[in-house]
This record gives sequence, C-alpha cells and structure tokens, in this order.
Amino acid sequence: MQSTKRPLLEPRAPFQWRTVLLRWEWILVALLAITMFTNGQLSKYFWDWYNLGDSTQNFSEKGIMALGMALLILCREIDLSVAAIIALCSLCMGYAAQSGANALTLLLVGLGVGAVCGAVNALLVIRLRVPSIVATIGTMSLFRGIAQGALGDQALTTYPKDFAVFGQGYAGFVPLEFIFFCALTVIVGVFLHRTRIGRQLYALGNNPEAASFSGVPVQRYRTGLFVFMGVMAGFAAVCLTSRIGSTRPNIAQGWELDVITMVVLGGIGIAGGTGSIFGVFLAVLTLGMIIFGMALLNIPGIVASVIIGSLLIVTIALPRILARVTGQAKARG
Amino acid sequence: MRGFTREFVLLGLVIAVFVISGLYSPAFFSLASVDTVWTDSAVLIALALTMMPIIMARGIDLSVAANMALTGMLVSLIGQANLNLPVPLLLLCGACIGGLLGLVNSALITGLELPPIVATLGTMSVFRGLIYVVSGGQWVSANEMPPALTAFPELRTLGLTSLEWLSILLIALAVLWHNSRRGREVRAYGGNPTAALYVGIPMRRLNVLLYSASGVVAGLCGVLWVSRYGIASTEVALGYELQVVAACVIGGVSIAGGIGSVFGTVLGSLFLITIYNALPIIIGQLLPSVQNATLWQNAIVGAAILIAAVVNQGAHTKGKHILRVIPRDEASRAKH
Repeated sequence: MQSTKRPLLEPRAPFQWRTVLLRWEWILVALLAITMFTNGQLSKYFWDWYNLGDSTQNFSEKGIMALGMALLILCREIDLSVAAIIALCSLCMGYAAQSGANALTLLLVGLGVGAVCGAVNALLVIRLRVPSIVATIGTMSLFRGIAQGALGDQALTTYPKDFAVFGQGYAGFVPLEFIFFCALTVIVGVFLHRTRIGRQLYALGNNPEAASFSGVPVQRYRTGLFVFMGVMAGFAAVCLTSRIGSTRPNIAQGWELDVITMVVLGGIGIAGGTGSIFGVFLAVLTLGMIIFGMALLNIPGIVASVIIGSLLIVTIALPRILARVTGQAKARG
Repeated sequence: MRGFTREFVLLGLVIAVFVISGLYSPAFFSLASVDTVWTDSAVLIALALTMMPIIMARGIDLSVAANMALTGMLVSLIGQANLNLPVPLLLLCGACIGGLLGLVNSALITGLELPPIVATLGTMSVFRGLIYVVSGGQWVSANEMPPALTAFPELRTLGLTSLEWLSILLIALAVLWHNSRRGREVRAYGGNPTAALYVGIPMRRLNVLLYSASGVVAGLCGVLWVSRYGIASTEVALGYELQVVAACVIGGVSIAGGIGSVFGTVLGSLFLITIYNALPIIIGQLLPSVQNATLWQNAIVGAAILIAAVVNQGAHTKGKHILRVIPRDEASRAKH
C-alpha cells in the first residue's frame, strides 16, 4: 500500500576500499607517522615522553583556535582577527588580575571578552553585510590596536598563583593544555559529525542558498560560529597568558595565519562544505611535531615556515595533480 | 555620475583630515607635508594598484609583503657584495626577482588551480622563511648598502622624489590597464565568472599576468623600502599585505569581484596614510590627557577600515559591473 510518494533517494554508495583508503585523513596520518619517524631518526631527544609532552604546549593554543576556525571556513567564512582577540582578552585579564580577580574570574573574563569580540565580528559580517575577510582585517587592526594603545611598551605580569594551572598544569607528563585541546576536539567533532546542527552546517557550507530555503537558520548559525570562534580565541588567550604569565601588546602576533594553515592542511576546503575535525586535529599534531623536530635540531622557527608553507601548497596541490593524472588515465582507457 | 559619489566622499574625507590636522599643527599645512605624505604613501599606492585588478578578478595576493622583504634582502645582499653596481641595475634585479616570485604564484594558481588565498598564504610563509635562509639571519643595514641605493628613494628628479615618480608611473599604467580591453575583461570576469568564460575571456592567461605584475611591483617596492628605511631583515613590511588589501577595500574595490576604480584605490591608500599620520596629532591636541597618541594608530586605522567597509557595503554599486549576475527578483521580472 502506497499512500504517499517518497522522494527518490540514491542508494548509499557501495563499500569500496578505494574510497576509504583515499580519504584525506590517511594522508595526514601517513604524514604524521613520517614526521615522527624522521624526528626520531634525526634527534635522540625526540622520543622522550616529557619532551614530547612539553612540546604539545606550543601548538595546543593554536589547535584550540583551529577548531573554531574549521567551523567558520566550513561555512565559507573566515576570521583573521583571532590573534588580535587573544591580545585583547589577555589585556582585559591582565587588568582584572591587577585589580585582584581570582583564577576563575580571569577565566570568565577571557571567555567573555572573546565572546564580545566574536559578536562584534558577527555584527559586521551578518548585520552590516561586510565580507568576513574585510571585516576581520579591520577588527584585527582594531583589537590589536587597542591592546597596543593601552599597553604601549609596558607588560602586565601580575597574575594570581593559581591562575598558572591553565597553562602550566600537568596530568602526569601531559600538559593540561593538550588535554583541553583533545577534549574540545572530541566535543566539536561530535557536534559537527553526529548532530543535526552539524549536518546543517555542512549543508550551509555546500550551498548557503539551498540550505536557507530548506529551513536552516543560516544567519543565526553564522552568528553563532563567529561568537564560538571568539570564545575559543578567549580560551586560547587564557591558556597562553597563564603559560607565559605576562601580557604584551605583541602577544600571539601572526598566529591567525598559522591557524588557517592548520585548518586548510586539515582538509577543510576553502570553498566550504568539506573536511572533518579529525583531519584538523591530525594537521595540528603534524605541524606541531614538525616544528618541535626542527627546534630540536636548532633550526630557527622562521626557517620552519618555509617547510610549513611548502607543505601547505604541496598537500593541497597533490590531490589535484593525482586527480588530473587519474582523470587522464581514464580518458585514455 | 552616481558611480563617482563615493570617491568624492573619500576625497572630501582625506582633505578634511588634512585641513583639520593643519589647523591643529600648522606644519601639516605646507607643501612640504604634502610631499611627505605623498612619498610615504607611494609604496602603498603602487601595491594597492596592482592588488586592485587581482581582487577584482576574485583573487588575492597575500604574499606581496613577504615578496618585498625577500626581494629587498636579496638585492641588498647583491648591493653589499658589489658596492659599485649602478642603481638602475639593482632596481632591475629587484623587478626580476619579484617577478619570478610572482610567477611562482601564477604557476600555483593557474597551473595547479589552487585557490589564490591558499597558494599565496603558502608562498608568504615560504618567502618569509627564505629571507632567513639567504641571509643566515643577518641584517643588512644602510651603511653596508651602496650609498647611491640608499639615497635613491628620496632622490629628486624634476622636483619629485623617486617614490613619487613610481606612484605616478603606476597610476598611469593602472589607468591605461583599467580602460584597456584586458582590464575590462578582468572586471567582467569578477562580475560574473561563468558568463565571462562563455564570452571567451582567457582568464588563465590574464591571471598569470596579474600575479606576475604584482610580483614585479612588490619586488621594486621591496628594494625601495629596504633602501629608504636602511634595513633589510626578516621583519621588513611584516603584515603589510593586509594594509594593501585594506587600502583597496577603503577605496571601494569589492572583495566579491568586479568593482573598483583607480581613483578610489589611490584615495584609499592616501586616506590610510593620512589617518595614520594625522589622527594621532589631532587626538593629541584634542585630548592632552592621552599620552602617546601614536600608540593608538593601529586601533584608529582598524576603526577607519571598518567604517569605510560598512559605508561601501551600503553604497550603490549596481551600475559598475560589466557582466552582472542578475538578482532573482529582477530576473523574474525581466521574464514577464
């Protein structure tokens, strides 16, 4: 008995090893394995658990921001002001600490200021319809400028003792920062890949107009994502400020591009609607390990940027080259 | 005429800022100060004018500042080794090196079809890092460069500095380009890429040209920057690429492609430089309690970018597209 006509749906694609093996994440796993192996060969200090544990501190804060950035880029937006948000959050936490706030209040100040900054970006992009790349170039200059104007060449260095737990706390040999990063990865990953809203975000990234017509509250989600990005930057600011114990106007300078590199390397397509959080997690680890390995070999950070830039280009170009080669093979066959 | 309104508003703003700062500090009100602002903004004007067609074609070049720094370093290393090389030869070196770096971008964007923002983000890191590799982390300072080179940027020919001549040259080229067939093709592509491809606009070839040209100009500017400020290091022009984009956007270039004008872009650059130089003076006079008003420069520039972007968004830009995507309601009206 057929009372209603069901829409025709394509059957699920048959299981193929090819599609499983050709997933972007495997390339990253291979890249990570190669990096770990090479590092182990090049330096005898690499496979030291305490060293490895400490090395995670250098990328955990960026990784936390990469999670928010991944969602934004997935939905065809971008936020270049994240590093400047860190500076502003850190500034406010510094002033709060000077007036005697405790660790918990400082955490709330950091998250709150981050959320406000994110809301400012959302206001510009969603209400005032400024393209996100332009709006966040502006707020980047504005937020960073406020920190510079307020601090000048000064630094805020009085933080309560128990505030240090966020950036300097350990569970065994693993820094708490890394645990925060992993926990947030799981939360964001489950949210994006296992909930209805996450599914709708993919729809929004693939085709905003169609998503809007099929009832996805596009503008509300976009607003939410900018605010979420701000909160993540705020949390990264809490960790970073707590770890280095001081606020300077040039804190986290230039991090926005590192974060975007992590996200793009993680397989989130810049055109929107593709990629996974697990990929971003792997990319964060890979980049972190490369930088750590080079640091062990006494290679300065700026030289590492040559490797990272090339890696970004090669990993994005590789699938396209492969597709072209296999496409030609098909055309010939 | 409607299309010109925003440019005139911007012109009015630049003049207003100039006049107000002149009232507060009379030194600002002289021909000498116009000369200074012009010389200061020449590099920004040059870079913004080459960035403009790229943004109009829906691309972006984030590697310009890194290109400047790397080319500047390489040329000053060449100059350091051969102190007697004539300046034109060094400039030619700069243009060639910059052009080669731009060609790398072109190859990535047209050859491998990478999104411009990803490709130039990558080359930005690579170029920056290479500065350290080629220099071994050393700085080259003014007294190690050929004296003729360090004198060149502010050398006066017919009363104008070399930097001012550079901006005149680029404005002339940009006007020619903008009104040429190829320039209009780029604009048309930005307005509606699909239609442009059907019309037969050779965008791949044009992209090679655009990104190489951006490289050549960045190279030249790099040499001038390094010789003017007397230091070549890894930090040269750090983050300057975003100022270039900002100058374009303030000048009314639409990041969505297809819209922009030479006049607007030049004004956008001038506006940014004037704000940067003048507002701290005004604030310092108005609010004596604010110490070190110059520290607030970045915040002021950020606010200016945002205001300009918001105003631009509201501005009427309909008539400027060559090949326009017709909004849905208009298309359905046309059908009936």
